[in-house]
Amino acid sequence: MSALIEARDLEKLYRMGDETVRALDGVSFTIPRGDYCAIVGPSGSGKSTLMNIIGGLDTPTRGRIVIAGNEIGAMSDDDLAVFRNQTIGFVFQSFNLLPRLTALENVELPMIYGGVLPKERRERAAELLQRVGLGQRMDHRPTQLSGGQQQRVAIARALAGRPALLLADEPTGALDTSTGVEILGLFNQLNGEGATVVLVTHDHDVAGATKRTIEMRDGRIVSDQRNDRSARNDAHV
Amino acid sequence: MMRTSDLVSSSARALRANPMRSALTALGVIIGVASVVAMVALGSGAQAQVERSIASLGSNLLIVVPGAMRGGGGVRGQAGAGGGWDALTIDDAEAIAQLENVAVVAPSQRARTQVIANGLNWNPEVNGVTPDFLAARDWEIASGRMFDDTEERQARRVVVLGNTVAMNLFPNMDPVGQTVRMNGGAYEVIGVLESKGQSGFQDQDDIVLAPFTTVKRRIAGRRGRGNSVSQISVKAESEQVLDRLQEDVENLLRQRHRTREGEDDFTVQNLSSISETMAQTTGVFTALLGGISAVSLLVGGIGIMNIMLVSVTERTREIGLRKALGARQSDILHQFGLEAVTLSVAGGIIGLVIGVAGAWGMTTLFNLPLVVSPLNAGLAIAFSGLVGVLFGAYPAYRAAKLDPIEALRRE
Repeated sequence: MSALIEARDLEKLYRMGDETVRALDGVSFTIPRGDYCAIVGPSGSGKSTLMNIIGGLDTPTRGRIVIAGNEIGAMSDDDLAVFRNQTIGFVFQSFNLLPRLTALENVELPMIYGGVLPKERRERAAELLQRVGLGQRMDHRPTQLSGGQQQRVAIARALAGRPALLLADEPTGALDTSTGVEILGLFNQLNGEGATVVLVTHDHDVAGATKRTIEMRDGRIVSDQRNDRSARNDAHV
Repeated sequence: MMRTSDLVSSSARALRANPMRSALTALGVIIGVASVVAMVALGSGAQAQVERSIASLGSNLLIVVPGAMRGGGGVRGQAGAGGGWDALTIDDAEAIAQLENVAVVAPSQRARTQVIANGLNWNPEVNGVTPDFLAARDWEIASGRMFDDTEERQARRVVVLGNTVAMNLFPNMDPVGQTVRMNGGAYEVIGVLESKGQSGFQDQDDIVLAPFTTVKRRIAGRRGRGNSVSQISVKAESEQVLDRLQEDVENLLRQRHRTREGEDDFTVQNLSSISETMAQTTGVFTALLGGISAVSLLVGGIGIMNIMLVSVTERTREIGLRKALGARQSDILHQFGLEAVTLSVAGGIIGLVIGVAGAWGMTTLFNLPLVVSPLNAGLAIAFSGLVGVLFGAYPAYRAAKLDPIEALRRE
């Protein structure tokens, strides 16, 4: 497997008043294509900062991170916008669907910024909603959908730009346990179909559903190990 | 990069989501544009009215009257330095006719008398004129004919009626061939003048034209004695020579009356310069009205800015999401900018319609011509668009510059 993400000695410093906070303190890792990996750690561990950098929303203070050939630290704001649009599929804890748009229109949204033609956009959005099991609810608005259904719409939206990486921030955090299990199952299925997935979570059970867990504390990686999923796989999928 | 059609539909959707708020925000611009349009149309109407009424007196026309202009303010004094009502004579008129660049000279003698016909009576201005008077004043006969030079010399008892007089004395019949009585004498009506309408506060059609000599001998009474005239109309050959002719007439009359500049016993009125001055005055008035109304447009613009800032704050999370999904700064800038411009241009168009309707109402009320030029209408729309750009720019810029991480974290 070739490397999708290569990070070397990442540092991120924040100035908060007179203090300088070291959110990332020399982080290095590699994530190959097709991996399904969780970044875990308590709040303040630097996992959110790392996720923002991987997602192209933020840039490191020092160090180098290359994602699908793009060096994040060297890109302009507009280049990062294109990178997010073309390379990253975001899934958020609170879904972040636009309430005035239908499920279909929400899935179309990233393709609007990608300049995809309306007809092609609608076809692809419909196809993606079918794939996440919401073929019957394309014209529903977010308020007419359950939490799990909303997160499925959000996942379909994340897939719209055919991203190299699905990046999910606490994707089960706002869902009850059984719905969370369903969503994790969907990620697992997508990974099985070839998608690279990175989950950010503070929940070790969620992390255990993935193939690999990177654990962070105080801005450093404290452990990075393959998960033994054989026991749980059947339960979750 | 976002496609233009997507940009338009995103903005339209956002505005439709809060119809009441959008309508109220646009209302500020509607009121502003409507008042600017109405005020400018009203002012232009007044200006056109002034120009039209002065032009209706005759083109390239100098009017010489006895008495000096008192001071510089344009208030005419009938008795100036040594000048009385009899200061102008028929000889002055003949001398003026010899000047260069003169097309027509027409002396006239005014009188006021009651005119009676069919038991109806009317009190118009009776003007004793030569046949050239019509040419000097650019006036036409509507029906019948004008008297000729022979009739004028022989002091025949014939009259030509102004439109108002004809309507009042002969409400249901053709006046031509009828008889009217003035000062106890009978006069045959041989023609009716075409209508000229109001000039300022004076009805130009409230007039009876009679041969000059007839009025001198039979109607004017004491004032008609001697060879004085109450007015000399001088028509120049062209607009270009009008100012020079005015000087020539003034110099000639000073020579003849042995007066010096500043002691004149006559006044030469140049109608085109009066027209210019009055048009300038009403123009300033129009600009003033428009300027005051423009302040309300400014207030409308501030309303747009205010609502757009509220909207950016409310939609911070949406902006963060759009950025995370790949919106560039320019996409966000355009979307919010377009919302502001849409509000203001829609307001501008509605305001234009209301303004024109209001101007129509007011001009009908004040009996003024309605002047709405396509240029003014276009300017009103363009200006409201500009208001949208100016006042939408800052909120849109704030939206575009939002940090997506911060924006997504906002509840």
